[in-house]
Amino acid sequence: MAKKVLVLAESRDGALRNVSFEAIAAAKEISGGGEVFAVLCGDSVQSLATELIHYGADRVLVAENEKLANYTPDGYFQTLKKIIDDESPEAIVFGHTSLGKDLSPRLAARLESGLISDVTGLEQAGENTVFTRPVYSGKAFEKKLISDGLVFVTIRPNNITPLEKDESRSGEVKAVSVDIKDLRTIVKEVVRKASTGVDLSEAKIIVAGGRGVKSEDGFKPLQELADVLGAAVGASRGACDADYCDYSLQIGQTGKVVTPDLYIACGISGAIQHLAGMSNSKVIVAINKDPEASIFSIADYGIVGDLFEVVPLLTEEFKKVLV
Amino acid sequence: MNIFVILKRTFDTEEKISVSNNKISEVSAEFIINPYDEYAIEEAITLKDAHGGTVTVVTVGDEDSEKELRTALAMGADQAVLISNEDLDSQDQFTTSSVLAAYFKDKEYDIILGGNVAIDNGTGQVGPRLAELLDIPHVTTITKIEVNGTTVNIERDVEGDLEKIETTLPLLVTAQQGLNEPRYPSLPGIMKAKKKPLETLELDDLDIDEDDVEAKTKTVEVYLPPKKEAGKILSGETSDQVKELVSLLRNEAKVI
Repeated sequence: MAKKVLVLAESRDGALRNVSFEAIAAAKEISGGGEVFAVLCGDSVQSLATELIHYGADRVLVAENEKLANYTPDGYFQTLKKIIDDESPEAIVFGHTSLGKDLSPRLAARLESGLISDVTGLEQAGENTVFTRPVYSGKAFEKKLISDGLVFVTIRPNNITPLEKDESRSGEVKAVSVDIKDLRTIVKEVVRKASTGVDLSEAKIIVAGGRGVKSEDGFKPLQELADVLGAAVGASRGACDADYCDYSLQIGQTGKVVTPDLYIACGISGAIQHLAGMSNSKVIVAINKDPEASIFSIADYGIVGDLFEVVPLLTEEFKKVLV
Repeated sequence: MNIFVILKRTFDTEEKISVSNNKISEVSAEFIINPYDEYAIEEAITLKDAHGGTVTVVTVGDEDSEKELRTALAMGADQAVLISNEDLDSQDQFTTSSVLAAYFKDKEYDIILGGNVAIDNGTGQVGPRLAELLDIPHVTTITKIEVNGTTVNIERDVEGDLEKIETTLPLLVTAQQGLNEPRYPSLPGIMKAKKKPLETLELDDLDIDEDDVEAKTKTVEVYLPPKKEAGKILSGETSDQVKELVSLLRNEAKVI
């Protein structure tokens, strides 16, 4: 049965996030030939709308309001609630991003609907779409569905392939005005800390350090490698607990769960709690002095050696081949 | 201040997972307080120390959850509530938040704290869902909180960046790593915890009809990921290994 599907598009630094294109691809599949429309919120986002159509959205609703400049649960909730009331979508897809995680449960509660979070894959089974998602940080997986009522899901970045961009596609872009009432939480300031600008959860390549980096300075060669590869830097719990880096970099069962195309683990022994956060990466490289380190058991390629020798050589080698 | 913490009993992070009968096997597994909920408990105790009041920890779970509630009491919470889920045929985040909302309906609360995600199901839904059902604001993934009267200043982690938020009580917040360093229960704390009040409630006590809170989502399969084959350990001079690795990543794995 064809479904009408709403996708919440997200932008960052004036550009659409990849996960929004992935969400459109997921929505297309859920729609079963029905309509996919995207919603874009912000204070100045109109110019981004056509790209959503190029990636497969049939039309785009643009809600512009100065109160939507920064994400707040109330501002976005009121906007989305009004659009949902007007449009009555049968399915909703958000990215499983900071914003999506914060907003989707609140909306699902108001809509009295189920919500399947952090989806990494989907398939059709008769009338229903069945969604795959990791549990226990990827130590296991479950398949879930919502057979009655609104189908509401958030998709994990980097797991669903976007549709091919087609600049010849066209569709309606319509402004919607929303009257936003009081915001109960106010954003006073946003302090940029993510140094390279490559977000861990969306990064295609991650260079991660563990206790083996030995100090805050020890992360420098990793950062240099990451810069050459356009990668994000991550860390194990050991490195965070030892204060070598900020907790926002932590990957593991506590911390972020990531699935990049390439994960380079430097001086990480591979405790089960770390493996849970990264073992579903497509290709894993381990660099460790200890040949017995359990990280090697899940690595596709391993180098037994001192990371302070290996990583700078790797940086130089990539510099040579990537020019 | 009336401070509440919602917590969940979860598998220990060191546990290996096995599946039997399409379910995660709990046989001989070690359980703990969900690590993110520990930050919430610690922060609740800190808030109580600064502003006075009581800390109540609440969970929806089976009778074994009493162990985790006692641990929270040993850390310094004042009282605990175990809402039994044993009459529930199916339970998802819709269910849990609806049950909690029924519990909070006639309570006076200034702040409700929880973890930003549970490490088992990993959805992070229950906190914001509960805030909506109670019609109070919420702030997720907080790393710092200061309460002055009814004004609350918060720092939260947004994908590595830091957002400074101003809001008011009553409020629901969820804890991110970095908020604090949870204390270990002391021996006197453990002794005292045995005498602290722990109330058990059935769904009937909250006037809940289990059909009304039936799960909205259905799990059709649970399975383990395919075991990864051990990969290739390179050998030879380090500089040659590095060259080989770069070539493998480009030509064999094709990820660069």
